[in-house]
Amino acid sequence: MSISLIVVLLLMLSLAAWWLGRRAVIGMASGDPRRLHSLPRYHGYYVALLTGLPALLLLVLWLGLDEPVITRLVLASLPESLRNLPESQLSLLVNDIRNLATGNATSGVADPVLQQAAEHYRRLLGISRLLPPTALLLLALGGMALGLKRTHPGHRARPAVERVVRWGLLASATIAILTTLGIVLSVLFEALRFFQSVPLADFLFGLEWSPQIAIRADQVGASGAFGVIPLVAGTAIIAAIALLVAVPVGLLSAIYLAEFAGSRVRAWVKPLLEILAGIPTVVYGFFAALVVAPLVRAAGEHLGLEVSSESALAAGLVMGIMIIPFVSSLSDDVINAVPRALRDGSLALGATRAETITRVVLPAALPGIVGGVLLAASRAIGETMIVVMAAGVGARLTANPLESVTTLTVQIVTLLVGDQEFDSPKTLAAFALGLLLFLITLALNVLALYVVRRYREAYE
Amino acid sequence: MTTTDTLDDPRQHARFLSAVDPETGDRDGAAAESTPPQTVGRPFLEKKVAIRTRDVDVFYGDKQALHQVSVDIGRNEVTAFIGPSGCGKSTFLRCLNRMNDTIEQCRVEGEILLDGEDIYAPGTDVVPLRARVGMVFQKPNPFPKSIYENVAYGARLHGLAAGRAELDELVERSLTRAGLWEEVKDRLQTPGTSLSGGQQQRLCIARAIAIEPEVILMDEPCSALDPIATARVEELIDELRRKYTIIMVTHSMQQAARISQRTAYFHLGRLVEVDKTDKIFTNPSHELTEAYITGRFG
Amino acid sequence: MNNPGTNRTIREAVQRNLARRHRRDRRLRRLGLAAILLGLGFLALMFASIATLAQDAFWQTRIQLQVTLDPQKIDPAGSRDPQRLRQADYGALLKQALRTRFPGVRKHRDKRRLYRLLSSGAAYELQALVLRHPERIGQTVTAWFTADDDVDFWFKHPRSAGTRLDEKQKHWLAQLREAGALARFFNLDFFRHGDSREPELAGIRGALMGSFYTILVTLGLSLPLGIAAAIYLEEFAPRNRWTDFIEVNINNLAAVPSIVFGLLGLAVFINFFGLPRSSPLVAGLVLTLMTLPTLIIAGRAALKSVPPSIREAALGVGASKMQTVFHHVLPLAMPGMLTGTIIGMAQALGETAPLLMIGMVAFIVDVPQGVLDPATVLPVQVYLWADSPERAFLERTAAAILVLLAFLVAMNLAAIRLRRRFERKW
Repeated sequence: MSISLIVVLLLMLSLAAWWLGRRAVIGMASGDPRRLHSLPRYHGYYVALLTGLPALLLLVLWLGLDEPVITRLVLASLPESLRNLPESQLSLLVNDIRNLATGNATSGVADPVLQQAAEHYRRLLGISRLLPPTALLLLALGGMALGLKRTHPGHRARPAVERVVRWGLLASATIAILTTLGIVLSVLFEALRFFQSVPLADFLFGLEWSPQIAIRADQVGASGAFGVIPLVAGTAIIAAIALLVAVPVGLLSAIYLAEFAGSRVRAWVKPLLEILAGIPTVVYGFFAALVVAPLVRAAGEHLGLEVSSESALAAGLVMGIMIIPFVSSLSDDVINAVPRALRDGSLALGATRAETITRVVLPAALPGIVGGVLLAASRAIGETMIVVMAAGVGARLTANPLESVTTLTVQIVTLLVGDQEFDSPKTLAAFALGLLLFLITLALNVLALYVVRRYREAYE
Repeated sequence: MTTTDTLDDPRQHARFLSAVDPETGDRDGAAAESTPPQTVGRPFLEKKVAIRTRDVDVFYGDKQALHQVSVDIGRNEVTAFIGPSGCGKSTFLRCLNRMNDTIEQCRVEGEILLDGEDIYAPGTDVVPLRARVGMVFQKPNPFPKSIYENVAYGARLHGLAAGRAELDELVERSLTRAGLWEEVKDRLQTPGTSLSGGQQQRLCIARAIAIEPEVILMDEPCSALDPIATARVEELIDELRRKYTIIMVTHSMQQAARISQRTAYFHLGRLVEVDKTDKIFTNPSHELTEAYITGRFG
Repeated sequence: MNNPGTNRTIREAVQRNLARRHRRDRRLRRLGLAAILLGLGFLALMFASIATLAQDAFWQTRIQLQVTLDPQKIDPAGSRDPQRLRQADYGALLKQALRTRFPGVRKHRDKRRLYRLLSSGAAYELQALVLRHPERIGQTVTAWFTADDDVDFWFKHPRSAGTRLDEKQKHWLAQLREAGALARFFNLDFFRHGDSREPELAGIRGALMGSFYTILVTLGLSLPLGIAAAIYLEEFAPRNRWTDFIEVNINNLAAVPSIVFGLLGLAVFINFFGLPRSSPLVAGLVLTLMTLPTLIIAGRAALKSVPPSIREAALGVGASKMQTVFHHVLPLAMPGMLTGTIIGMAQALGETAPLLMIGMVAFIVDVPQGVLDPATVLPVQVYLWADSPERAFLERTAAAILVLLAFLVAMNLAAIRLRRRFERKW
């Protein structure tokens, strides 16, 4: 039975339950709603919830867990020798068993042990496919019966229904926590597996990055080519160029819009600048690779400089343009948050507007602007598409912005795009880089939010 | 509610309009103590007039906020502007150093003469104008800088002090004159915002007088202060009068009575009457003024 | 007491510096203006260069040929069975038609060059034609066939040195052009085809459908979740550390790099739950997690803007807290929430990096039919094509970008309209 059919069936049952519950209670009150604790429709909701909700929860649980559970069970039934295989080969094995079970071709000759395991797998899968329709329907009907049994005029149906809704709301809000937890756990878990083969110190302080050597698992520890320093340096160079572009331009734009421009100019220019923020990064990446990089190269040649076609400068410039609106809108907010009284105080002393801005407004807004710049830096560090399309893949430890460098995000993409096995050290390295990226940006964000919040408090 | 009656009766309005409207310009020189009360008030000797305005209209977009305000402000006097909220007294005050320029929609018509020069004449630079006409605001607004830097701010902008020593002296002199020196001389480097409200307002006064303006505009300078701080600031204003011309907007009639020499009463965007303070408070010529000071509205 | 002497010196001092100070003022103003013009100029440059490049992709050069539909070659048995008709060698018929058109071409090598003028997709076009009109087998039909991308480029830019055609090919093409058998058509196939290795056959249909299914999943999940979470946090949550923690979390999640969400999707949805790789379902799940913070923040702002008096009024007539929120507050906050949702969806529609992580970079020709089919999305298609060396692919990249931007602009305009229409002054 297909899942959508089950869901439709459950929904129909719930609808029926709603109608039954509502009718039952109206009957009990002999049609006089004043004798009920809750409105009839809440009694209906109550029965419907008891019918549909537990069954739906079970369905979701089953959908999420049947494969992993079955795989575990099958693995547990395998002979000792196979169970003790290293992680990466084990997953190959599981793949083979799955393919055998579903009748696809396998990579090797099917040996009897595997055949047996596949048979086991298929049997379990059969049970699992059969389980939901029956169990779910029984559960739903049981729920309906229970609900109807509880229904009587004095039943506090509305508070009960509202309690469930409230829990549902809380669960939705908790998804944010689960997401963070999911990120931390999944990335951390894979990264830890990576650190089993590459020591943490080598990763953090190594000066060389060449993951290509480590395609074969037995070479990982020895190669020592997973040093993250060149990537961090490359990321820092590109982000620094981006900030060098975005901070002055964004800040000056914000100053002009907040202090000099008339309301009509503001009404036109602000949305236009926001368009820059709404353009997908892949478009910037395309533009960087297609127009800006050749331009930078040509300009460099004109000046007699050797510029790589994937120079950090081109990627950084375009990334800078991308975060201009980010910086300008954050700066605009903090500049506007500076109380008007301070501006008036300065202007009334005969200061020009520029003097008021540079001597009063900016110093007062400084913490907010710093917070904004930190957020922009976190953006630049985590930005992926521009660098994937316009920066290089070769890790090089250099401070020259005209050379090609690579970044954390570029390496994550390069390592994961392609057809490696999931458990190869290469893919695991990507998770280690992801963890590093997450921690760096998290630190910047927390710091920035803290600074901005402190700043807000100062003026509220 | 007598208030509404007074305000909404069209006949009252008509009378009050005609009382304000008569031509006002040419009587100042003529020493005529007997002249009936009028907008411009008691005539001045020409050299005693610091600011003279003629037929000032102020518009916010399409809305007219001030109608035909003509008044003379005497030198070295405290002039108080009183009137119910929204009557335009603050708007008028902000015209006198062109602070209204910072409001995009605001338009000012008419003549405002400072020492005989029209401050709204085309090409007038507001920077030196505001150096001559200082301002103290309703809420103390010290900059988020040290006490010293707050006072030195204007002098630094205009390049008034040649060196550190001169600046130190200027800061001390201004703080002393504002009666704050004794309280803060040991902590000049602490932020101006760390002072109490009354101290902050006196700091703002010190900041304003540090560049030696001729006129100081005060927009309800005590409304955010407690009674003790208010008394202190009032004393200060009374002292400053000897050196500066002071124009003060106030909500408190007692305050106007206590420290001003002349009082102007504004009502619904019009200047109803201006005269010696004792005269206004004991024997106002206009019934609207009387209604206001006797507390029938406000 | 007034000291006119001091006043005069001060006024002189002020005057002395005035010009310099005003110069500085004007300089800051000009710098600000320059910064804005720089940003807008860049925007204009980007649009201009992409639009210029894209325009070629919307037109496709075709060659008119007279093809003899030889029954012997198509359907020797005469059954007219579609299954049978599908298997015929239409390429050979086209080659025959080309040879007939240029009888002077004799050498084997020249013939191969001649054949290369047509796209490999031309055979499918002929096949479709025959399947549509089986009654014309045996006749000679005149039809337009898609030309190779090199021909397309030459036809649009005859003087450009970038062409890969040789002199002979150019000569043949010139002949065709003289005869009016070479022309440009609106490139409808660009919107009808899936991806292809041949640029002249490649289209965005697959990516569009992939994006459609992905956004469908994202919207279906994030809208209810976002609204529910916003309601909880704004209306029901007690002020305690747990709530604070959720809030801090949401703010931080909104700033986590998108690629990290891709890693999460790979590790959790694909490897742990075993959901199909490259599928819009996984993409939608990942993008849901990514856009939820935006939606929740917008939703809370919308709820916050509903004045407390509304709540007090509802509670005052005896509604429960839940009824107050769902009957009175939520309807008023809905436009704001929907505006935030549209903006979040626009963000999701343009997102690329996390989708690379979950295998959406695969080369997929077929147009996806559901949320479980392997698919790609528009921005990823842009990324894939941008890497190709052929100019025709670059043109298509730019065209795909224009399509993507058109959607984004439409969504943002809708958001602005919604905001304007329901903007309420309390």
